[in-house]
Amino acid sequence: MATAPRYWRENPSRYNMVGIKCNSCGRHFFPPRAICPVCHRKSVGKIEITKLKGEGKIFSFTEVQEGLEELSLQRPYIVALVELTEGARVTGQIIDCEACDLTIGTPVRATLRKLSEEGPSGVIHYGYKFVPIKEKAP
Amino acid sequence: MRRVAIIGVGDTEFGELWDQSFRDMGIQAGLAAVADANISSEQIDALYVGNMSAGRFIEQEHIGALIADYTGLARDHIPATRIEAAGASGGLALRQGFMAVASGLHDIVVVGGAEKMTDVSDVESSVIQSSAADQEWETILGATFPALHALIARRHMHEFGTTREQMADVAVKNHKHGSLNPKAQFQREITRETVLGSPLVSSPLRVFDCAPSSDGAAAVVLCPLDMAKKFTEIPIEIIGSGQASDTLSLHDRKDVCSMAATKAAAKRAFEMANITTKDVDVAEVHDNFTISEILAIEDLGFFKKGEGGKATEAGLTGLQGEIAVNTSGGLKARGDPIGATGLAQAVEIVAQLRGKADKRQVKDASVGLAHNVGGTGGTAVVHLFRRA
Repeated sequence: MATAPRYWRENPSRYNMVGIKCNSCGRHFFPPRAICPVCHRKSVGKIEITKLKGEGKIFSFTEVQEGLEELSLQRPYIVALVELTEGARVTGQIIDCEACDLTIGTPVRATLRKLSEEGPSGVIHYGYKFVPIKEKAP
Repeated sequence: MRRVAIIGVGDTEFGELWDQSFRDMGIQAGLAAVADANISSEQIDALYVGNMSAGRFIEQEHIGALIADYTGLARDHIPATRIEAAGASGGLALRQGFMAVASGLHDIVVVGGAEKMTDVSDVESSVIQSSAADQEWETILGATFPALHALIARRHMHEFGTTREQMADVAVKNHKHGSLNPKAQFQREITRETVLGSPLVSSPLRVFDCAPSSDGAAAVVLCPLDMAKKFTEIPIEIIGSGQASDTLSLHDRKDVCSMAATKAAAKRAFEMANITTKDVDVAEVHDNFTISEILAIEDLGFFKKGEGGKATEAGLTGLQGEIAVNTSGGLKARGDPIGATGLAQAVEIVAQLRGKADKRQVKDASVGLAHNVGGTGGTAVVHLFRRA
């Protein structure tokens, strides 16, 4: 899999959900892009680096039984499309819950977790995963 | 622009072909197509090869030169070009060949596609297949290729009430068609229970919702339509060709229940051909997962959005249905040697339009469609064919 620098250069987004806001149309994108895919040239010079709140709702989810080798200890694990409150969607794992507790629309919040490691003595990679937001007791 | 016809087709069996190498298969399909077209190799002007990932499957790049060499074409130094767009590599190679002939640059062009997937382990093979998705923002986070299609499936079930049984029916139908195709990887019929009782891969998708890893190759020979009768009694004209792109990541698409690239490619192909979906008698669509066929038959316009599952359940996509879909068995049962798949679709449509599809022949088929997808829909290509 990827070497350390390949992870590290994306750390701002992997650790802190840094994306962009296009100040031409107001849309948010994650991860950062050099140009807004909606505004094209009009967005030049109007792309603002922005930390996203990391909160959103599950748009779709799946429980992965047969996964990538480096994630074999985590299986089964849940992967979801999360629609962030800013409007951008991201792919990420949902943790600290069972798949049967989730539905489309379940609110979630990003948290920093271990993603994978480069073998038993290699570098550990960290990044965002999502946890369901517990509803407050009435 | 010149009109373009297919004058010859050739393919290998699809499956776990332990005794055949990448080059063995490529040559077998290519030579069969050339023999079918009644041409000699000196007449060939150019070669295009669809291949997704020989570099990772067999650690061999430079596929254009390899196939030219082993088919004996390198001595004439013809241009040989490899085309890559993940699962759509074969369809895109066909389009490149089509454009080369249509433009007048080349007269006789061979387009092949090949993939050798079983020289690596199953685990390695699925890692390679996942490279069609966004490595940085999907795969690294745990989203396998089946997982991404499972996300589509769950959303389609949520928005349109598509059922688990309806998805199973896609596999049942395609295995039934595969049982009629002597070159299919799977030639046994299955039932809904087979699908619903198979192990989960990524909920709600199970093993029998997924196309297999396959070895195989397929090829066609193209020439200008006005030359075609010299070589064959029944030329099959390519009357439309459309290609489109979309975001690499599934999460960046506004609507994940529809492949916008399929819609755009189909619109372009139908406009070029000046026909509508109603004119199509037989279609090979990209069913790498059962849910993918449901999306495809909706996005291509055969059924309304959200009704693909119901249409499948009602038998409207079978051999005697409203529109016969995946008569070859599709990727699901015929097999999915990635780079070969788009060409195998064309080979099946040609067989149908020539009236040579034996037990799976669609009665009076005169117009056919082939639909090939790369990744989760980042690339789509649609071709339309008519018996000339």
